[in-house]
Amino acid sequence: MTIPLVTVLGRMTLAFLGMTGSIAMFAGRAISHCVRPPFYRTQILRQMLEIGYYSLPVVGLTAIFTGMVLALQSYTGFARFSAESAIPNVVVVSLTRELGPVLAGLMVAGRVGAAMAAELGTMRVTEQIDALTTLSTEPFKYLVAPRLIAAVLTLPLLVMVADAIGILGGYLVGVYKLGFNEQTYLRNTVDFLQVQDVVSGLVKAAVFGFIIALMGCYHGYNSRGGAQGVGAATTNAVVSASMLMLVSNYFITELFFAR
Amino acid sequence: MNAAPASAPRIRVRGLRKAFGPKKVLDGIDLDVAPGESLVVIGGSGSGKSVLLKCILGLLPPDSGSILIDGEETTRLSGGERAKVMRKFGMLFQGGALFDSLKVWENVAFGPIQADGMPTHEAKEVALTKLEAVGLTPEVGELKPAELSGGMQKRVSLARAIARQPAIIFFDEPTTGLDPIMADVINDLIVKCVKDLGASTISITHDMASARKIGDRLAMLYQGKLIWQGAVADLDTSGNAFVDQFIHGRAEGPITMAVRK
Ligand SMILES: Nc1ncnc2c1ncn2[C@@H]1O[C@H](COP(=O)(O)OP(=O)(O)OP(=O)(O)O)[C@@H](O)[C@H]1O
Ligand SMILES: [Mg+2]
Repeated sequence: MTIPLVTVLGRMTLAFLGMTGSIAMFAGRAISHCVRPPFYRTQILRQMLEIGYYSLPVVGLTAIFTGMVLALQSYTGFARFSAESAIPNVVVVSLTRELGPVLAGLMVAGRVGAAMAAELGTMRVTEQIDALTTLSTEPFKYLVAPRLIAAVLTLPLLVMVADAIGILGGYLVGVYKLGFNEQTYLRNTVDFLQVQDVVSGLVKAAVFGFIIALMGCYHGYNSRGGAQGVGAATTNAVVSASMLMLVSNYFITELFFAR
Repeated sequence: MNAAPASAPRIRVRGLRKAFGPKKVLDGIDLDVAPGESLVVIGGSGSGKSVLLKCILGLLPPDSGSILIDGEETTRLSGGERAKVMRKFGMLFQGGALFDSLKVWENVAFGPIQADGMPTHEAKEVALTKLEAVGLTPEVGELKPAELSGGMQKRVSLARAIARQPAIIFFDEPTTGLDPIMADVINDLIVKCVKDLGASTISITHDMASARKIGDRLAMLYQGKLIWQGAVADLDTSGNAFVDQFIHGRAEGPITMAVRK
């Protein structure tokens, strides 16, 4: 029996709408717990440490090599037009506007989003989330809200560090490999940089933090079916967070820079 | 069926139904538990005993029916109101459900600290006392749940369930996986909880010795209904073929297991 294409499309659309609705409801409920006391401060700090501090090596390494390769690539391109002096500018603008937040976001989604989904998923299938409820503790308040708050606060900080390390990478290649004058490179970097470049990057980082934590918690909280279900939740959390980040990245960019 | 107790019941369940898809697990349950009463629920594996407890706790939404806790309807409560009602409950989950990121004593002290705002050092004292009551030393309190044996986890879970001195305690198979001596210690502990706290309890067990020891009344769940309720003393003279078969553990009888011959 063949299923008509329309039926398949219809079913997919319905499933997509249903999913969007349930994620929106989840997000609404989570946010309502983020803004109402009590706040579990130790939980928030623990998550900030997990998201920020322990992501530093991964994000730092990504940033420094990205900065280095940016300088190198723009050199090979710009040398053709004798436009080498624009390299510091290209490096700093690409990093602060785009690559800093996007790459840090993707790295954190893989590290932290996956961990959140796995942890909450395991707690779900072993009835630990039910146990929380029986101990008069609202799971959204104790598990979801601290993760959301921590991610939204920490990702911008992480991206600032990533920006700085990336710029350092570009500087190292520029000065030691491409023969730029140290002062000139630094002056070009600072002169071209606008507040808006950095601010748009940090806004993106905060939004990405929200998306990563939301997807990690949503898929973990709603997982079922034992170890297999937790595995699926982890994958879904990382994939959906990455896609949503890239889509929202475009729209935030348009908001800031489209004239 | 016995008449409901004269005093106002702690728990009153009427017409409770719950299905998962086409599968009717609970099909019209009527149940009363009086203050200070200990009810034991027996029934075959997969008959819906755990689901019954989770419905009463509000962890699973019932399809229909009413659940009154101290006269208050709890089937349609908001989050905040639910948390308040939960203060009355303690629950020992069948699988333990210990928080594996916390130490054993932190698990036991979780309710007092997080929900009741007890200072940490005070709560730790409470936790260690409760652990002692279930036969666990303070050293065990410093371990993580994953470092304990199955039976030890069950006992920690029991300590956590009683740590807040709840008025209603549910025990889902408290003695499964324990040696006979420890099982009897736990039975005594449950009896003591009921006596000391005046708590009402519902216990699920497959262990008939335990059922006779801890229960005042017993109910048997079969195909979504409570087919027999009565005093534990009347258990042997119930005249109910299903109950007889179950308590004597016979393969032959009106209850047929879905196994391939
Ligand atoms: N979340 C769920 N989703 C779908 N079906 C479920 C769910 N929870 C329980 N069931 C089904 O409900 C039935 C009753 O389950 P329950 O856990 O209450 O059994 P039980 O009486 O506690 O058995 P046991 O003595 O083995 O613990 C089972 O057939 C189970 O498959
Ligand atoms: Mg069960």
